[in-house]
Amino acid sequence: MHLALFIIFAGLCVAGALNLLFQRHPINSALSLIVVMSSLAVLYLLLGAEFLAAAQVIVYSGAIMVLFTFVIMLLNAGREERTHGSKLAYIAGFPGAAALLGLLTFIFLNRRSSFGQAQLGEYLATTGDLSRVLFRDLLLPFEVTSVLILIAILGAVALARKEH
Amino acid sequence: MVPIACYLVLGAILFSIGVAAFLIKRNIITVFLSIELMLNAVNLTFVAFSRRWSQVSGHLQVNGQLFVFFVMVVAAAEAAVGLAIIIAVFRARNTLNVDSIDLMKL
Amino acid sequence: METSLLVFLLISLAKVIVVVVITLMAVAYTVLLERKLVGRIQNRWGPSRVGPFGLLQPLADGAKLFLKEDLMPEAVYRPLYILAPMIALICALMSIAVVPFGADVRWKGVQLFEISDTNIGLLILLGITSIGVYGIALSGWSSNNKYSLLGALRASAQVISYELALGLSLVGIVLRSGSLNLRHIVDVQATHGLLSWNFFGGFQFIAFFIYLMAAYAETNRAPFDLPEAESELTAGYHTEYSSMKFAMFFMAEYANMITVGCVATLLFFGGWTSPFGNLLPQPSNPIAISLLSLFWFVVKVLFFLFLYIWVRGTLPRLRYDQLMGFGWKFLVPVAVANIVVTSFFIGLRLPLH
Repeated sequence: MHLALFIIFAGLCVAGALNLLFQRHPINSALSLIVVMSSLAVLYLLLGAEFLAAAQVIVYSGAIMVLFTFVIMLLNAGREERTHGSKLAYIAGFPGAAALLGLLTFIFLNRRSSFGQAQLGEYLATTGDLSRVLFRDLLLPFEVTSVLILIAILGAVALARKEH
Repeated sequence: MVPIACYLVLGAILFSIGVAAFLIKRNIITVFLSIELMLNAVNLTFVAFSRRWSQVSGHLQVNGQLFVFFVMVVAAAEAAVGLAIIIAVFRARNTLNVDSIDLMKL
Repeated sequence: METSLLVFLLISLAKVIVVVVITLMAVAYTVLLERKLVGRIQNRWGPSRVGPFGLLQPLADGAKLFLKEDLMPEAVYRPLYILAPMIALICALMSIAVVPFGADVRWKGVQLFEISDTNIGLLILLGITSIGVYGIALSGWSSNNKYSLLGALRASAQVISYELALGLSLVGIVLRSGSLNLRHIVDVQATHGLLSWNFFGGFQFIAFFIYLMAAYAETNRAPFDLPEAESELTAGYHTEYSSMKFAMFFMAEYANMITVGCVATLLFFGGWTSPFGNLLPQPSNPIAISLLSLFWFVVKVLFFLFLYIWVRGTLPRLRYDQLMGFGWKFLVPVAVANIVVTSFFIGLRLPLH
């Protein structure tokens, strides 16, 4: 059951990410990223992080990506054109990313036994468990984050305002 | 039963695809999208490691999950400001191609 | 273990099918109810020809929409144009999966009146509602029509803005019941009938009005139906849609209305519990308990559907800047104030550690 769900949604994740890479139109890339994020929410559920799964859907798929599609629609962004500047990125980018992937995969698979197995239903982190740590041990970071959001709102308003 | 290493490898795959997309994409919005993809890959790794830490220590550990929570908050703030910057750039330059927005370069 | 899993899967599948069929029937008859009621509000009869009192009108409407020609305009972006109504309808139908309809009646250990009973039911509802906006946004963008695009832009901005007020208005409820499980939220309100409902006993009526207004905006219903404002945008985001694709948007809108009614009932009006509490004798027969709880739930949801239609027949549409100002400058601050006051009173009642 766990393995089947993992394979399905991990496959969806990888397919969505590859589609993001190969699509030329930004709205297709944005939609494939939404698929990746929603599948990740299911993977979080499999790992017993139920609040994070819901937050992933609400914050990422429901708010951030709506903002992205909104901007793509607003600016009426068309297909991206290929330009000369990307040559170095092709030469260094793909081998670099492949090397990174190879290295990480090698390490993870080499030390596979020390990472253990994930079983469905053990260590379910409920919302209460999360909030107990968040509002006791991590209260200061939490408050600092709220200041960060306030600054972000002010910055966004100041940037997007039309100048007179 | 799925080895946690599988989750970590999935995170690595998504991160590498994000890096590749970040490097070869020319549309500034898609570049931004690939940053979000990398953040999501790292989040998956955090959740997997949090699960492993719970197993090792014998009782529930949620610090890794809370880190993901903070990453989400920062990503939301970053998306708001970043998209505002993109709109401002588009108003000034009338293009979304990152190669055309290089006036700061010598 | 294996057989119980199989039984669980079979019962769940049966529940899904029954709930989807009943929801679609309810959608069809909500449309009829709306046409009838708006007719009476405007001093006319409404549909009255097909069947007794026009009761077969939804059937006729369905047949008409099904048989119409499915036009595919030349300039649309085809994959998204086809996908968009499906996203809208699927999201609208999915959110009903976490709604509990009746008392905790079990058969072979499986709950009968709820498809899935989860710890984070309320968050799942919010999540699915926030995904539903893609249907509208993509339909407007892919139609390649300026009215559709304007409608879609309005819809996405409106939904993002009002989601904030919607989420904040529910925090008071969550504080009072200490859980995100919808069944648990109802159980907290079940003790003294009407007096322990969150609306009366929990002093959440301000939260309820914020929720109601935000939900009207989320479902794009009057007086917040700017994305499809006929007088300015022809038909808004579904200008280019015809036949079944149009019907999907239509059904999604009414399914969303029903979900909002269910959620308002569960969170503020005690769900399936009777308003008289223990004044009336409680039945002990499980069938009587189920029927009674279903009866109260349906009555309350019907009341909210009636309210929806009444508001639509009464209030004029807002202007766009008024809509944004109302959401950001009025609803959000009031919702935050409600959270502060509620948490203050709950904190007063709790013993200090």
